Amino acid sequence: MKTHLIIGLLLLSLVVMSGCSGIKPWVKPYERNNLADPIMSLDRHGAAGSYIHHVYQAREGARGAEGGAGGGCGCN
Amino acid sequence: MVREVVVVVTNLLAINATNSTPFFKAFFVLLITVNSILMSAVAGTLPVDSVDILYHRFDGGGMEIDGPFILVRKSIGTQVSVNGHYYIDSVSAASIDVVANASEYTEERTEVSAGVDFLHEKTMISTGYTNSEENDFVANSVFLSIGQDFFGDLTKLTMGYARGWDEVGKIESDFSEDVDRQIYKLGVSQVLTKNALMGLDIETISDEGYLNNPYRSYRYFDPADSTKFLTSVEVYPETRTSTAVAVRGLYYLPYRASIKGEYRYFSDSWGIDAHTYEVLYVHPFGRQWTLEGRVRHYSQSSADFYSDIFTHEGANDFLARDKELSTLTGMTYGGGVTYEIGQGVIPHVNKLKLTLLVDYLKYEYDDFRDVTAGGGLLPAGTEPLYEFDAWVTRASITFEY
Repeated sequence: MKTHLIIGLLLLSLVVMSGCSGIKPWVKPYERNNLADPIMSLDRHGAAGSYIHHVYQAREGARGAEGGAGGGCGCN
Repeated sequence: MVREVVVVVTNLLAINATNSTPFFKAFFVLLITVNSILMSAVAGTLPVDSVDILYHRFDGGGMEIDGPFILVRKSIGTQVSVNGHYYIDSVSAASIDVVANASEYTEERTEVSAGVDFLHEKTMISTGYTNSEENDFVANSVFLSIGQDFFGDLTKLTMGYARGWDEVGKIESDFSEDVDRQIYKLGVSQVLTKNALMGLDIETISDEGYLNNPYRSYRYFDPADSTKFLTSVEVYPETRTSTAVAVRGLYYLPYRASIKGEYRYFSDSWGIDAHTYEVLYVHPFGRQWTLEGRVRHYSQSSADFYSDIFTHEGANDFLARDKELSTLTGMTYGGGVTYEIGQGVIPHVNKLKLTLLVDYLKYEYDDFRDVTAGGGLLPAGTEPLYEFDAWVTRASITFEY
């Protein structure tokens, strides 16, 4: 089950990457105003965001894939 | 480029079949290769120079934990940014685990880290070291991650590897055991439309060593009187491997506000399956004020070797009664407010951000009973199921300069 999931994600990532050569980026730089807004960040709170993950990890069996990086407009 | 990737996949699958290389490791090697192939079409930027000072407090379930968390980032030239953090947990513990097994205690945990972000052309490489210490526990870890943007900067790929070494002790004894840990991370974030983006994160963690909490014990029916129970030291497996996969979506609403949805699936070799759902709504008012609200739901099944009460001593090879390994449900309701002061108000500060976040947590256990209920006089195994709630407060001030 886990191996199938990973193979599926691998194939998905290859599809996405292979798209680099054929498909053009469909959101132009001048269309990214909304994405550049700070409210569109996947991690807005820095140290405070890290702390809440720590709170959950100490009280729950699950761990990992808390994310954090990314979001925004890709303008840089 | 696609042909190169396929060749790498074929080779890795062949390696996997012949040498029994764990597939995830092979996958990780593949992604490093893909990463190097894509080097020519990347983008990135160094983190903003900042000082982030957080006061955190957890209050509930008999635990009071608070302290500061300070994170500093400073760039050196245009390619390097260094960072460090200092974090303290001051703990006053009288939780059900402590009351049932030992005396109330206070202790302090201190964590320090140092890290470097290195921007080469448009690829970000980050590395760092963290040390965490308390009177009966020491943890050291190092990490390395590589991130880059490509596909017109609409896609961001991040990969990371971390290694940790823990020393588990026990106060007022010579007890000392080790734990080794390896962490593999993969993250992709993708701009979908001019108003939407999504993220996918995968993380596999493997531990090897002494994974028990040395203070906790399991309980079993007293053979002389089945209305009573006796306790003995827990026995855990010496290995654990877990995988978590999370999908996140963020959408800019027709008015200036955003909504974020998140789902995480978790599974490990101890038999725990967990599901996490979270929704966050963020609504700015003008340029300075932002309000947010969130709801989180968490549920998990118990570990294969967990039981609230065992039939007899040594009933299985592995025996645990940690409530974190039981079947449980957790809810979080949170809210927050942020106030920002922009450039020009304070000399040398580009942005000053004040944030207050308050969360209410409630945990309910399906097979972990409160042995302290009824003065500890209820027949063994008939005690009410345990539950607790807690308040988590985070207040921070962030300077960007």
